[in-house]
Amino acid sequence: MKDVRKGYIRPLDLRQGRVDMTHGSGGRAMAQLIEELFARRLGNAYLGQGNDAAVLPMPPGRLVLSTDAHVVSPLFFPGGDIGCLAVHGTINDVAVMGARPLYLAASFILEEGFPLGDLARIVESMARAASDAGVPVATGDTKVVEQGKGDGVYITTTGAGVVAEGSDYAGDRARAGDRILVSGSIAEHGMAIMARRESLGFAANIVSDTAALHGLIAAMRASGAAIRVLRDPTRGGVATTLNEIARQSGVGMMLQESALPVQPEVAAACEFLGLDPLYVANEGKLLAIVAPQDCDALLAAMQAHPLGRRAAVIGSVHQDAQHFVQMTTTFGGRRIVDWLSGEQLPRIC
Amino acid sequence: MKFIDEFRDGNLARGLAAAIRQAVRADRDYHFMEFCGGHTHAISRYGVTDLLPPNVRMIHGPGCPVCVLPIGRIDMAIAFARDLGVILCSYGDPMRVPASGGLSLLKAKAGLGRHAGSDTVSKGKHRGEIRMIYSGADALAIAQQNPAREVVFFAIGFETTTPPTAVLIKQAQALGLGNFSVFCCHVLTPSAIASILESPEVRQWGSVRIDGFIGPAHVSTIIGTRPYEFFAEEYRKPVVIAGFEPLDVMQSILMLIRQVNAGRAVVENEFTRAVTRDGNRKAQRLVAEVFELRRSFAWRGLGELPYSALGIRKEFADFDAERRFAVRYQAVADHPACECGAILRGVKRPQECRIFGSVCTPENPIGSCMVSSEGACAAHYSYGRFADVAAVS
Repeated sequence: MKDVRKGYIRPLDLRQGRVDMTHGSGGRAMAQLIEELFARRLGNAYLGQGNDAAVLPMPPGRLVLSTDAHVVSPLFFPGGDIGCLAVHGTINDVAVMGARPLYLAASFILEEGFPLGDLARIVESMARAASDAGVPVATGDTKVVEQGKGDGVYITTTGAGVVAEGSDYAGDRARAGDRILVSGSIAEHGMAIMARRESLGFAANIVSDTAALHGLIAAMRASGAAIRVLRDPTRGGVATTLNEIARQSGVGMMLQESALPVQPEVAAACEFLGLDPLYVANEGKLLAIVAPQDCDALLAAMQAHPLGRRAAVIGSVHQDAQHFVQMTTTFGGRRIVDWLSGEQLPRIC
Repeated sequence: MKFIDEFRDGNLARGLAAAIRQAVRADRDYHFMEFCGGHTHAISRYGVTDLLPPNVRMIHGPGCPVCVLPIGRIDMAIAFARDLGVILCSYGDPMRVPASGGLSLLKAKAGLGRHAGSDTVSKGKHRGEIRMIYSGADALAIAQQNPAREVVFFAIGFETTTPPTAVLIKQAQALGLGNFSVFCCHVLTPSAIASILESPEVRQWGSVRIDGFIGPAHVSTIIGTRPYEFFAEEYRKPVVIAGFEPLDVMQSILMLIRQVNAGRAVVENEFTRAVTRDGNRKAQRLVAEVFELRRSFAWRGLGELPYSALGIRKEFADFDAERRFAVRYQAVADHPACECGAILRGVKRPQECRIFGSVCTPENPIGSCMVSSEGACAAHYSYGRFADVAAVS
């Protein structure tokens, strides 16, 4: 008896092909998409198990879990795309808790008609970001919605990490006298997206700062500085994040406008669009609040790391029953740096 | 940043502050109204008041185009989309201004989506849409891309934004666009200043003292400084046209103090880098070609003011949304506790409103002054309210 002939499946057409409804049906087309497009790029032992869930080894400590949906528009922007953004964003949320990020899970909502070539580029970028960060995508899911019901691709990533007992960073630990540091120049992600959307020629050089921050955070922890709070100022920017911390900790803050690192092109684009860089999203920056005596050591540790070269002390923490975040302007006056109100830039991440 | 930082220089500001301290007479107060929301914003954002002596008081004026729109005008804008099935295109600022029935353009926009009940669409009609745009040109492009849909541009603003709207209408005419029209709510600066100077608080009761005006920056690039000469002569009030940068504001305050001390009342121009006495003649001609004075227009806070706004001329009637859809303005009373009217006239300060910062916040604005970043209440809430409580320890 002759052998049963192996079924031939035409490879995915990454040049002309598009997502269709069968890619979410649970049948062969979906299996092929997962195998040829996702698994081949994101490949790792856990994903390769092919089970409904990944079974993962866990070092001792407490589990840190975070999840983040990504709906950025445009999908590709100077300095990155939705793929690497989805990896960095979730790693950073885990890392600012002081945890070591270990694994990612990713879920894709694809719109019928989306080019497979673009999807491959996104997944490749995701794979590169995950591999550079040393955090594998251990499990995933894809769904397809009809044309007009989505906007190309939405990606939700969940990150798991581990943190040792007794190592706690939380928003309620800022104390009067503490110093406030930022790891680099602000507002770059938001303005890169905005410059792209609005086709601002003069702002074409602005590049998103999207990056995984766990390496920088490890270097900061190694300095031994008494870090109280770490947070990545994404949507709502530095202003909104500091207001969250001020409220959680029951303190006020005073910033120095002249100390805020802002690149000239970013400042110009903000000025042009009437935006305040303090409210524009970052995807590769962090804010640290540290005990005053350790400020210099922490700043030195940050500046020694490639992602913290432009780190700066931007203000200090005060007692204030109103929990105001205030700023001494370069002009010499004083103003409140309030919560962001309304929506500044929709679909920024 | 070149040509920006120079106008926000802290050292120059300290120098000007010292000059102002020297110039003020200790035996009197100075009450100046900055007409424009742009000035209000600059004063609050850069903390200009911190650099002024206590006897120089700034009064916020009505020059915020979003703030002076009455509720009835926002209701009309919503009705275009909700009841007439058009694509209404609006700048971001008016989107959150409270309208009747707890609505705003933003809330109405959410209610018009696919998730709205079928009762929002009459048979054979398109479902209306509200879109936020950055420029009037976007509205024109939307009309070109959607030839089967009616597109209405919600045109607001003082004289600065009027010429671009005139250009849009002329472009639409040249393109033969049959589905584009403008909901014209352009208002005029001199009318608002006259209304304040004629108000009983200023003229009869003397409960609001105004010793001089900081005049508009961008508006004056179009209309020039000449229209203000009447106020200086007739009402004996000095006017200094000033740019929107904080140093412009400081310099213009110093110029006003010197005029007051010398007993002079003339129009001076601090913003010489952009403003001339005659303004932009070409823009003025364009505006005159497309628009005409409305006999009367309702302003929030100031009431019905004669000849205070522009309508679209008959020759361009096809592009006039009010004519095209035969909609009429209906006056709606403001929220009874809201003091926007008094604040816009300079009679009250934001923090004197009972609901300021409690019921009325930027997240949940009750009145229009809490909406735009140029509104007096929003500026004070967002930048200056620390001064209402004890200083930071």
